[in-house]
Amino acid sequence: MQWFDPAKTNILIPTLVFVGLVVGYIITARRGINLFVRHIPGLDAIDEAIGRATEMGKPILYSPGLDEMDQAATVASMNILGRIATKAAGYETRITVPNRDPIVLSVAQEVVRSAYQQAGRPDLYRDDDVFYVTYSQFGYAAAVAGYMVRERPAANFFIGHFYAESLIMAETGQTTGAIQIAGTDSDPQLPFFITSCDYTLIGEELYAASVYLGREPMLLGSLKAQDMAKLLIILYVLGGIVGAFFGVNLDFWSGTSGAGAGG
Amino acid sequence: MLERTLPILLATVAGLFMAAQFFIPHPAMLRIYNLALDWKQIVFGCTLMLGVVSLIRFHWRKVARRAPGAFYSGVALVSCLATIGTAFFGIETGLYPWLYDRVQAPMQATLFALLAYFVASASYRAFRARSVHATLLLAAGAVVMLGRVPIGDLIGFDAGGERWSLGSLASWILDVPSLAAKRGILIGVGLGMISTSIRIILGIERAYLGQSSGEGQGRS
Repeated sequence: MQWFDPAKTNILIPTLVFVGLVVGYIITARRGINLFVRHIPGLDAIDEAIGRATEMGKPILYSPGLDEMDQAATVASMNILGRIATKAAGYETRITVPNRDPIVLSVAQEVVRSAYQQAGRPDLYRDDDVFYVTYSQFGYAAAVAGYMVRERPAANFFIGHFYAESLIMAETGQTTGAIQIAGTDSDPQLPFFITSCDYTLIGEELYAASVYLGREPMLLGSLKAQDMAKLLIILYVLGGIVGAFFGVNLDFWSGTSGAGAGG
Repeated sequence: MLERTLPILLATVAGLFMAAQFFIPHPAMLRIYNLALDWKQIVFGCTLMLGVVSLIRFHWRKVARRAPGAFYSGVALVSCLATIGTAFFGIETGLYPWLYDRVQAPMQATLFALLAYFVASASYRAFRARSVHATLLLAAGAVVMLGRVPIGDLIGFDAGGERWSLGSLASWILDVPSLAAKRGILIGVGLGMISTSIRIILGIERAYLGQSSGEGQGRS
């Protein structure tokens, strides 16, 4: 009987360091210390996109991606959906959310309904605006592209994890003249979104978005921890480069492996 | 109270367990992990029903209201119900696999093939040399595209006993600057994922429950 897999020490130590940083910064934030967060243009443009849809009297389209609810990108997408839906409800602008995964559908319905309640406009919420399309990847892309061509939403949001369908949807949205904001952690799809959308949240910006939009001190703390962890990684990489010049090996992880079952 | 606390408590316990089981190779942990995966499949099956109900209700209302596009909603309804109906007469043989092989699969392949045209139109926009960055992208794109086809290896010269070709330059672009940027993005994504998970486990990120994060907690 083994209670710890020593082959995963290389994952455990950095994870514990990072968890310590997150908790530490959250405690710091709770004490009221002001934390600076850099501007993210894609998130600043959300208000502009919602405002444009409101002025034009057209709906907003929000696609939460193709992944299931147990993926961090989808959770991040739901967080952003809540913020956008609250603003849209405040402006009395319709937001439509086509879904590919039924669990995501249930969560999205709850998120949008709550957003309308928070905005004080529960009467505007329509169950049909957050709807299920299909589990088929390209069926979903066809439905979203068709919706864009027929309804001409003024603002399209593609926030979540996407696959090959990303370009079909983003290029169709481009042809309809909508303002488009994308956010994904799927690096193969990033070039497509950057090309076809007005603003793109790249990788970690997707996860930072709900924190950035909410501006709640405790959440900002976790964002600062991410920055600090990146600084540590940069220092470690630079140390490795300098060490290599002097024949010092900073690879402490040799002999350990991250592979294992049940991960 | 329970409506708000119970889901957060469940998320915290499940999150901590999933993190712990990754490091603990005890058979009991693996059993619980597999059980959790089985339950996930069961929950997914049940929610799929919700999806189908949502789909039918959505299109039925459009047909009933004779809203614009009601005809297409009718087609979607008939297709959905007909596919479900044919499945009762056999999944391996009969009309159901025929519908999949002869209707659904070709439609999906057609849409996938359309990507080629979308790539062309997106490339036209991306590769226009309007600025220094766009010009660099255009040059790098041209080198990589040429370097990945057989002619790329023929364009070059021999020096110092080595072959310097567009092929090797394309490989260098993909293996060094491109991969460095990709790894930078992936490290950020990894940290973002862990950070989001910690926020959920600690119960301070709850927008996924339809509540604003930090709601119900003292703001500092």
